[in-house]
Amino acid sequence: MKKFIYKIKENINIAKNTYKMVLLGDTSDIGKPGQFINIKLQNKYLRRPISICDYDKTSITILYKVVGEGTKIMSKLSTGEELDVLVGLGNGFDVSYAGSKPLLIGGGIGIAPLYNLAKELVESCEVINIILGYNSKDEVYYEEEFLNLSSKINLHIVTVDGSYGKKGFVTDAFADIDLYSYFYTCGPMAMFRAINDIADTDGQLSFEERMGCGFGACMGCSCKTITGNKRICKEGPVLFRGEIIWEN
Amino acid sequence: MGKLDISLCGINIDNPVIPASGTFGYGYEFADFYDINKLGTFSFKGTTKDARFGNPLPRIAECKSGLINAIGLQNPGVDRVVDTELPKLKQVYDKKVMANVCGFSLDEYSYVAQKLSNEEQVGWLEVNISCPNVHEGGLNFGSTVEGAAKVTKAVRRVTDKPIIIKLSPNVTDITEIAKACEAEGADGISLINTLLGMRIDLKTGKPVIANKMGGFSGGAIFPVALRMVYQVYDAVKIPIVGIGGVESAEDVIEMMYAGATAVQVGAYNLVNPFACEEIIDNLPSVMNKYGINDISSIIGRAH
Repeated sequence: MKKFIYKIKENINIAKNTYKMVLLGDTSDIGKPGQFINIKLQNKYLRRPISICDYDKTSITILYKVVGEGTKIMSKLSTGEELDVLVGLGNGFDVSYAGSKPLLIGGGIGIAPLYNLAKELVESCEVINIILGYNSKDEVYYEEEFLNLSSKINLHIVTVDGSYGKKGFVTDAFADIDLYSYFYTCGPMAMFRAINDIADTDGQLSFEERMGCGFGACMGCSCKTITGNKRICKEGPVLFRGEIIWEN
Repeated sequence: MGKLDISLCGINIDNPVIPASGTFGYGYEFADFYDINKLGTFSFKGTTKDARFGNPLPRIAECKSGLINAIGLQNPGVDRVVDTELPKLKQVYDKKVMANVCGFSLDEYSYVAQKLSNEEQVGWLEVNISCPNVHEGGLNFGSTVEGAAKVTKAVRRVTDKPIIIKLSPNVTDITEIAKACEAEGADGISLINTLLGMRIDLKTGKPVIANKMGGFSGGAIFPVALRMVYQVYDAVKIPIVGIGGVESAEDVIEMMYAGATAVQVGAYNLVNPFACEEIIDNLPSVMNKYGINDISSIIGRAH
């Protein structure tokens, strides 16, 4: 983990309540897809943890949905403004488990970290099926970006109201995929439960939790797993399917 | 350059800056961020006899200039701390550590204190009688003069190492409790633990924290902590460790003016993991600004 000042290169609305922000600065501490950054905002005590959508040597791209005061403040920030950010947080996805035909499943803003994951996987995999679930057409984002990554990618879009793509939930798209070697997912808990009910391979799930610090100090985001207590911010946010305790 | 070292209950430390219990784990993970040997010392995570997961989630809520936590003393239990955590710490830290002792009964306080006291790495025992997040235990002892006296007496019996009793602000008169601890043989007092608080979600109409209430800390509580340190300084002769809302070298100086011998930094570590290092680096120039040559000379200046 490192703390740096980043300059906002871009902060734009890309879908209903959904924004894309590009930050310029040091990215040397980021090593895996699915890691997150923690942003200090003026007049907010705690930082805002946001997963990394993509990064290169000089910039970090994050996608965020305006759901509360913090993300509302973020959406009003302008190009050129500077932010105090902790980077290199969380364990991230382990791509070594993917096999030749991984399946990626994203729900809502949980789609964001799957972009960099897909980018990492395209070279070594034969085919990548990606299911993207949204509430409705006006919330759809990053369809083209995923398609532009590689011809190996098969995109399956679902919307709850049926206004775009297939009508239904991400699990309704499983029927359109004949075979997958492993799965990676990020999204709401209800979606995880539905996937756990029908998936027939091992997989990795990226969790969201209310955090204090984001780097393992406060124990605010602890969860119980089969392999012991884990901090979502430090030993997570990505957990293996086999270690999750599915409490009701 | 001014003189930063102080003596805390008979042990010399290089500077008066101490990360507070519950914001620094068992220390070694922070060694990835900076050399933690720069610290005066640090107080490790509150430790009980048995391992605890703590309270259900959510257990963090944001506030204006602070946060509420209701962790509930999650820790691996004293045996694991001795067998695993302290050896890991030893690899990256060669100073004395402050061991934070928690319990739900007098027997448990004695048991944990004795185990940790046997460890060569432990310099002080900080006895937490003030955690607001556990129902049956800690706070009951810390909320009465009799309870505080009993815990102090029980721990005193099992150790010759300096004991510092950590007090709750959620009491009518903190000076009476501090005096009772001193009378039973405490070597120091640390204050304040968190203030009991709560937040309610406007959408659901329900408390944000699963445990409903929790401990409020952060910059907002600094004036309350400062006032209580000032009052306790008048009431006891033993050293005080000032805790509550400290975020800068200036805050350290102000807390010491009020009567603190050393100062702990808590919630702010969670916002800025480099906070203590930055405060230590800034202290000489702030001392210089106010004409302070020897930091130990300013303790209680406001009286």
